[in-house]
Amino acid sequence: MSLAQALPLLILASSLLPGLVIFVLPERSRGARTTLNIGGAVVKLGLVIWMVGQSVQGVHYEFRASLLPGLDMVVRSSALGLFFVGLSALLWLVTTVYAIGYLEDSPHRSRFFGFFSICVTATAGAALAGNLLTFLAFYELLTLATYPLVVHRGTDEARHAGRVYLAYTIGGGALVTIGTFWLYSITGTLEFEPGGIVAPFVDGRARVLSAIFVLLVAGIGVKAALVPLHGWLPTAMIAPAPVSALLHAVAVVKVGAFGLIRVIFSTYGIEVATGLGLAQGLAVVAAITILFGSLRALAQTNLKRLLAYSTVSQLSYIALGVSLGVPVAAAGGIVHLVHQGLMKITLFFVAGNLAETLGIHEIRDMRGVGRRMPWTMAAFTLCAFGMIGTPPMAGFVTKWYLGVGAIEAGASWVVWVLVASSLLNAAYFLPILRIVWFDDPRGDWPQERNFGGAETSLMLLLPTLFTAAAALAVGLFASLPYSPLEWARLIATRQYAP
Amino acid sequence: MSAADPGAWLVWLVMSPLIAAILVFLVPRIAFGIACANALCTTALALAVLDRVAEGPVRYALGGWGAPLGIDLYADPLTGVMLVGASFVLLATTFYAPGYLAQARIDALYWPLVLILQAALNALFLAADIFNIYVTLELLGLSAVGLVALADRTRAIAAALRYLLASLVASLAYLLGVAILYHSHGVLDLVALADSATGTPATWAALGLMTTGLAIKGALFPMHFWLPGAHSYAPAPVSALLSALVVKAPFYVLLRLWLGPFFDAPPEVGDLLGVLGVAAIIWGSVQALRQDRLKLLIAYSTVAQIGFLFLFFPLVKAHTIVQGITLLMLAHALAKAAMFLAAGNIIHYLGHDRIHDLHRVAKELPLTLAAFGIGGVCIIGLPPSGNFIAKWLLIEAAFDSGEWGWAVVVVTGSLLSAAYVFRVIGHAFTLDDVPEAGNRVARPMVWTAFLLSLVALTLGLFAAPLLEVISMPVAGTADAMGIFP
Repeated sequence: MSLAQALPLLILASSLLPGLVIFVLPERSRGARTTLNIGGAVVKLGLVIWMVGQSVQGVHYEFRASLLPGLDMVVRSSALGLFFVGLSALLWLVTTVYAIGYLEDSPHRSRFFGFFSICVTATAGAALAGNLLTFLAFYELLTLATYPLVVHRGTDEARHAGRVYLAYTIGGGALVTIGTFWLYSITGTLEFEPGGIVAPFVDGRARVLSAIFVLLVAGIGVKAALVPLHGWLPTAMIAPAPVSALLHAVAVVKVGAFGLIRVIFSTYGIEVATGLGLAQGLAVVAAITILFGSLRALAQTNLKRLLAYSTVSQLSYIALGVSLGVPVAAAGGIVHLVHQGLMKITLFFVAGNLAETLGIHEIRDMRGVGRRMPWTMAAFTLCAFGMIGTPPMAGFVTKWYLGVGAIEAGASWVVWVLVASSLLNAAYFLPILRIVWFDDPRGDWPQERNFGGAETSLMLLLPTLFTAAAALAVGLFASLPYSPLEWARLIATRQYAP
Repeated sequence: MSAADPGAWLVWLVMSPLIAAILVFLVPRIAFGIACANALCTTALALAVLDRVAEGPVRYALGGWGAPLGIDLYADPLTGVMLVGASFVLLATTFYAPGYLAQARIDALYWPLVLILQAALNALFLAADIFNIYVTLELLGLSAVGLVALADRTRAIAAALRYLLASLVASLAYLLGVAILYHSHGVLDLVALADSATGTPATWAALGLMTTGLAIKGALFPMHFWLPGAHSYAPAPVSALLSALVVKAPFYVLLRLWLGPFFDAPPEVGDLLGVLGVAAIIWGSVQALRQDRLKLLIAYSTVAQIGFLFLFFPLVKAHTIVQGITLLMLAHALAKAAMFLAAGNIIHYLGHDRIHDLHRVAKELPLTLAAFGIGGVCIIGLPPSGNFIAKWLLIEAAFDSGEWGWAVVVVTGSLLSAAYVFRVIGHAFTLDDVPEAGNRVARPMVWTAFLLSLVALTLGLFAAPLLEVISMPVAGTADAMGIFP
C-alpha cells in the first residue's frame, strides 16, 4: 500500500487506535490515558496538516476497498473534506485537553475517552468519505459512538436524553439509507463529484429524484437539527460539557450540515438542485429554522439549553448559504462550518467552566460573574458578539457573505431573515452580558470550587481562550491567503465552474 | 480416496464429528481435546471446500455407488458458505463451553450430543437428495432436543418436549411430501427433480407439505411457538448453536427446494411466505421489546430475523437475492451466536439474566457487554457488518423486481431491531456505585464471545470476495432455470 493510499487510513487510525486501547485501560492509569489521548490528537492534527500541505501542491490521497460489486468504500482527500477534517482535528485536540481537565476524578473515564475517540474517528471518516455509502457508514458509526457519551452520566434524565437521541438519529439514518439505495438504483454510482452525479438522469425522473432528495435531506437534517427535526438537540444537553461542545461544534451537528453540503454540491449538483426547486425549498426550511431557533432561545433560562437553541439557529446558516445558488452565499455557508464551530465550542466551554467552577447552570445565577471569572467571561463576550454578527468577529463575515449572496441571487427576503435573526441573537445574548458585567456579584455561588489564585483550572481556561482567540482571528484576518474564508471561497467557486 | 480429493473432504466433514462423538462417549476425560481437534479439523476442511467450490460444484458418490442407489454428497458455493459459517460458530462454542459447563454442572452428554449435531448439520448441508435431507433433519432435531434438555430445569424440559413435538410433526409433513414427489417422479435427487418436477398437482401438494414442515422447523411465524422457550432455557452455548445454525438448516433446505424443484411455484405462495415473514419481523420485534429476560429477548430477535430470511420467497426471481439471503444467514449466525454467548457470560456472573440489572455487570464484564452491543449493531444491520451488505442486497432485489414494499419492510424491521437492542444497551449505562459481586467468568468465555462479535462486525469488509463465490451459478439447481445471467 502506497502512502497516497495509506494516509487517509492513518488519519482515521490516529484516533481509532488510541480509543480502542483506552477502552481496556484500567480507570486509574491516568498517565497512559492522557498520553494516548493527547498523542492521538496531536498525531492526527499533524497528519491532517501534512495532507493539506501536499494536497495544495496537487497530491491526491485515496483509499478504496470493494464492498459490493460496483460499490466501494472510499476515503480520500478533497478540498471540502480537508476543510472539515482540519476543523475537527484542531478542535478535537482542544476539546481533549478540556475534557481531561473537566472529567478529573469522575467515574468511567476510560469508557468516556474511548467513545470520544471513536466519535472523532467517525467525524473524520464522514469528512473524508468519497461517496455517499461511505458517508452513510460513518454517519451511523457517529450515532452509535455518541450515544454512550450522551448517557454518560447514567441518570434517568441522561438515559431519557439518550433514548430521544437514538430515536431521532436512527430514524434519520434509516431515511438516508433508503434514499441512498434508491439513488443508487437510478444512478448506479454514489461517488461525490463536483457538479454532482444525477444531472444525466434528471429527464423524466424529476419527481423520483426530488423524493430521494427529500429523504436524504430529512435524514441528514436530523443531525443538522433542521426544524422540525431538532427535538433531540436541546434534550441531549444533559451530556457533560465537553461532549456538548464537541457535539455542537464539530461532531454530530456539523456532520449533519456537512452532509447537506455533500448532497447539494457533490451528489445532486447545485444546478440540478436549483433546477428542480429543491435548493429553494431547503433555503426556506433553513430560514424558518434560523428564526425558530432564535425565538426558542429567547425563552430559555438555562444557559446550556439557550446555547443549544442558538446552535439550531446558527447551523442553518450553513444550509441556507449552500442552497441559495450563488457562489458568494455558498462561501458564506461553508465558512460557517468553521466560524460557528469555533464560536460555539467556546460558548460551551464557558458554560462548562461556570458549572464546574461555581456550579452555575441557570442564567439568573450568572449575575456579576464577570468579576469572578474575567477571562472566561471575556471569551464568552467575544463569541456572543460573534454570534450576533458584529464586526470584526467571525459571525459578521458569514452574515455579510450570506447577505451579499442573497441579494445576488435575487432573494432579498433572506436579508430580512438575517436582520431579524441578528436582532433576536442580540436580544438573548445582550441581557446575559449585562448581568454578567454590570450587576453586582451575589455573595455565594451555588457550588464554588477553589483553584488557588486562578479563576479556574488552567486545563479548562486555556482551551476556552484559545478557541475564542481563534474565533476572533478568523474574523480579523478573513481575507488573508489560507484563511478559512479564502478556502471556502475556493471550494464554492469550484462548484460553479463549468 | 486420497487426501487431495475434494470428495474425501466432504466425507470427512461428516465423519470427523461422528468419530469424535464416539470417542468422547468412550473417553469422556479427554472430551475437550477431541472436540477442539475436531472443530479445528472441520473448520479447515470447510474453508478448503469453500475454496474448491469457487471453481465449480463437487459431487461425490459415497462408496462409489452413486445415485439413484447410493448416497451422493454435493457441494456448491451455497453449501460452502453454510459449512464455513457452521464450523466457525462450532469452533467458538467449543472453546466457550468448558467454562460454562463446569459452572452450570451440565453432565458429559454435552460433547457427544454437540458432535452428533454437527455431523447431522454438515450431512444436511451436503445432502444431494431429499430423503437424505429427511434423515439428517431428524437426526439434527433429536440431538438439538437432547441438548436443550441438558439444562437442569423443569422449564427447560418442558421447552425441550414442545420442541420435540413440533419437530416430529414437521418431519412427518416433510416426509409425506418426499413420498409424494418420489411416487410421482421416481427420483429423489435434487438436480434430477429440478428437471422433472414441473407444475404437476403432485408437485404442488408436495410443495405445500414440505414447505409447511420446514417452516415449522424453521420457526416461521406463527409456527415459532416452540422457539423462544427452547432457545432461551437451553444452556448458553446450546442457545448459540440453535439460533445460529439449527434453525437455518430447514431454511437452507427450503432454499434448495425453491431454487430447484419448486422454482416455478405460483408467486402467491411466495408472497404468502413473504407476508408471514413480515408478520414474524413485527411480532418477534414487539415481543423482544416486551421481555425482561435477556435470553428471551435474543430468542425473539431470532424469530424476527428469520422473518427477514423468508423475504427470499417473494423475491426469488430477483438477481441479487440468493447472495443477499446467503450472506444474511451467515451474518446472523455469527452475530446471534456472539449475543447468546455474551448472555451466557452475564448469567454466569449474575446467576440470572434480568435486563434491569444489567448495569451491575458493566464494570466487571465490559468486553461481554461490548460483544453483546456489537452483535446487536450487526443485527440492526449497520455498516460495516455483513448484515448491512445482506440487507442492501435484499433492498436491491426489491427495487430490481419493482416491489419496493419489501424494501420498506427491511428498513422498518431494522428500526425495530434497533429499538430492542438499544433497550438492553441503555441499561448498561445506568448509574450504579455498587457493582454486584458475582462468579468469575473464565477468560475464554469472554474472549470467544467478543472475537465472534468482531468477526460478525467486520464480515461486511470481506463480503465482496464471498459474494463473488456465491454469485457463481448454483449448479444443478438455479442455473438450469437461468436466473443467473
